Amino acid sequence: MDLEAYFAIAPYSLGRESKRARLAETLCALTRHHYQACPEYRRILDAMQLDPTSARSHEDLPFLPVRLFKEYDLLSVDRADVVKTMTSSGTSGQRVSRIFLDRTTAAQQTKALSRIVASYLGSKRLPMLILDTAAVVKDRATFSARGAGILGFSMFSTDRVYALDENMGLDRAGIEAFLDKHTGEDLLIFGFTSIVWQHFSKELARTGFRPDLSRGTILHGGGWKRLLDQAVSAAAFKETLRELCGIARAHDYYGMVEQTGAITVECERGVLHTSVFSDVIIRRARDFGVADVGEPGIIQVLSVLPGSYPGHSLLTEDEGVLLGEDDCPCGRFGKYFKVSGRIRNAEIRGCSDTYQAGTQ
Amino acid sequence: MPRSEDAVTRTRLEPSSVECLCPSTLAVEVMASRRAWRPFADEIIALLDALSQDLMADPEARAHPDVIAFAFFCRRRNIDRLKAAWGHQVSDRLGRGVTFHIAPANVPLNFAYSLVCGLLAGNVCIVRAPSKPFAQTAVVCRVLGRVLASDAFAPLGGDLAIVRYQRDDDATAMFSALCDVRLIWGGDETIREIRKIPIPPRAFDLTFADRHSLCVIRAAAYLEAADPARTAQDFYNDTYLYDQNACSSPRLIVWVGTPETIHAAKQRFWSAVHACVQQRYTLQPIVAVDKLTALCRCAIERPDARQVAMPDRLIDRIRIDSLDLDLDRYRCAGGSFLEYDVVVADGPAPSITEQFAGVAGAITRRCQTLSYIGFQPEELRGWVLANRLTGIDRIVPVGRTAEFGLIWDGYDLISCLSRVCDIR
Repeated sequence: MDLEAYFAIAPYSLGRESKRARLAETLCALTRHHYQACPEYRRILDAMQLDPTSARSHEDLPFLPVRLFKEYDLLSVDRADVVKTMTSSGTSGQRVSRIFLDRTTAAQQTKALSRIVASYLGSKRLPMLILDTAAVVKDRATFSARGAGILGFSMFSTDRVYALDENMGLDRAGIEAFLDKHTGEDLLIFGFTSIVWQHFSKELARTGFRPDLSRGTILHGGGWKRLLDQAVSAAAFKETLRELCGIARAHDYYGMVEQTGAITVECERGVLHTSVFSDVIIRRARDFGVADVGEPGIIQVLSVLPGSYPGHSLLTEDEGVLLGEDDCPCGRFGKYFKVSGRIRNAEIRGCSDTYQAGTQ
Repeated sequence: MPRSEDAVTRTRLEPSSVECLCPSTLAVEVMASRRAWRPFADEIIALLDALSQDLMADPEARAHPDVIAFAFFCRRRNIDRLKAAWGHQVSDRLGRGVTFHIAPANVPLNFAYSLVCGLLAGNVCIVRAPSKPFAQTAVVCRVLGRVLASDAFAPLGGDLAIVRYQRDDDATAMFSALCDVRLIWGGDETIREIRKIPIPPRAFDLTFADRHSLCVIRAAAYLEAADPARTAQDFYNDTYLYDQNACSSPRLIVWVGTPETIHAAKQRFWSAVHACVQQRYTLQPIVAVDKLTALCRCAIERPDARQVAMPDRLIDRIRIDSLDLDLDRYRCAGGSFLEYDVVVADGPAPSITEQFAGVAGAITRRCQTLSYIGFQPEELRGWVLANRLTGIDRIVPVGRTAEFGLIWDGYDLISCLSRVCDIR
């Protein structure tokens, strides 16, 4: 798939009508491509009796449940062409998604991610403080979502240091040396939301260590589900960072290993924005119809990047609300939305306990 | 202490971990020393009848149809009928002693039916109620506690206890150590976990594993029947009422008839079921996603799978052209059905064994209930027996799959929970 037209423009520059036209063309073409190239995908569309050439807009396209990538190896390229296999993070015993990237898809993901990130941080590379341990990126053969995130964002940095040691404790000396070295410079700070909270914010509070990160911009994502469980609000998360180390700019992002690159990032107004590379559609459970603005539903994510695996249109297990399109006061074009939680903790009746046990 | 030599382990309990819902205090030692009753003992029947009457008179109980159905089950007239059916078969029997019942976490009243089985068979019963606080559970325990507290039933005070605790192997070990039969509901995972905890040498487990069920519909007979809405309601009660997640809920629907009658019957049936589901059922988002996943899984693994178009996702239908032993792989709760047609030409019908040759290929030991429309139960049982099928131990008309009976999962519970005193 030739995506040059997407890389030729700024990532938040397409208004509704031109974006719809472009997405319809590219995503319909991807549907036809995966139908031809991925036997499992073809069988699914055949079973649904969907003609891959019949869709007129990207709302009409079929979507796969993300969980399918945990159960099947879904590829639209020869295995010999796979250069990188990404896995989702999961606690031991849980099945993880396996996503297969060829050279082209991997390169497109990297390029799209750099466009999106540069629009928030500027195109100049910054020294990067990673609020995690170096241990998670040691095994390069398979990339977990956490490791892939760190490596992905590392490309936007000049110098890198990990703020946590291999035991997930604060590396106070390392942080101080890094800050001394980069006095007066802007900083990129990166981490997974739950790890930032658990191992950085809480540790600063406990130890009284107060590094000056007031020149830093933090990008954080993933693991927010665990924070919801602890009832930590986004506002409290940000306020705590500001108090403890002076971080004034914090951007949450929403992304998943199944659609690496096409992340949606929180703007200054606190809402997530789709870029030209992606879209979200909020769907009603009852008929998978498109929900209205403001109406909560299941989040479908679409990305123009996946060419080597059929992940361009996916139904997540997250609930969200579309807030608007093209008219966020921050000035970015594209849809903007909020993620409100997971849909998995539902109660099911029935005489077997296993359904619940298996999903907790 | 008659039981101490049998005991495998005796763990001291933290008093806070086990909550006794009925009666108000738990006297484990007293219970362990009680003597068993004969099956269908008059004292037990009187207790159940009193419970039935009090439940029916209780305003809170009346708010729950399933509690009232349970009250109906317990009334003297029903129990007398059951007693007559067992009759002399149990006159030489006594309860086995103490039964320990582990109820599933997510069904409000299974514990109560399990208790009634244990009591009717003559046992002293310790029942672990669902850990979730269901209103129905609370009502039954409250009313039963009141009945037991009356003078008339004081002598039965030590014969039963309904307890509740969160996952706690020590508590389970203590009750397991003093039981003669342990009944484990809640499916394969629960059974595996509980089985790690020992029971005395002479005791045994009665396990209720994960099962699945199917429904056969003779299309012509369905079309002749008067009331599609009524049949739809019956089918709803078999399926959506328990999120299609009860072991007795059908997942595979087999249609029998000519292509024309099957086509017409499906149209009428599913549109009536849809009307019913639309009115009563809330499709949770995760269930909608699970159903889509099940469809994709089935499509990937079975080239013959075809989704049947419906107006929304309340009912998921997947048509398949062949049956095999792996159908359970595509099962999914919340209204996801596999459909298979047995096409029969007009004219003299072939034998049921010939007609159902394909269906027999899908019957595993995990198959529990065969529900039907337009068949004689005897002919269906004849088919199961003549073909020596490994599964199907219940054959009931549509609408009655969830109805509890003293024979469940192929076990005659009165016989299993009592012992014979034989003379030669």
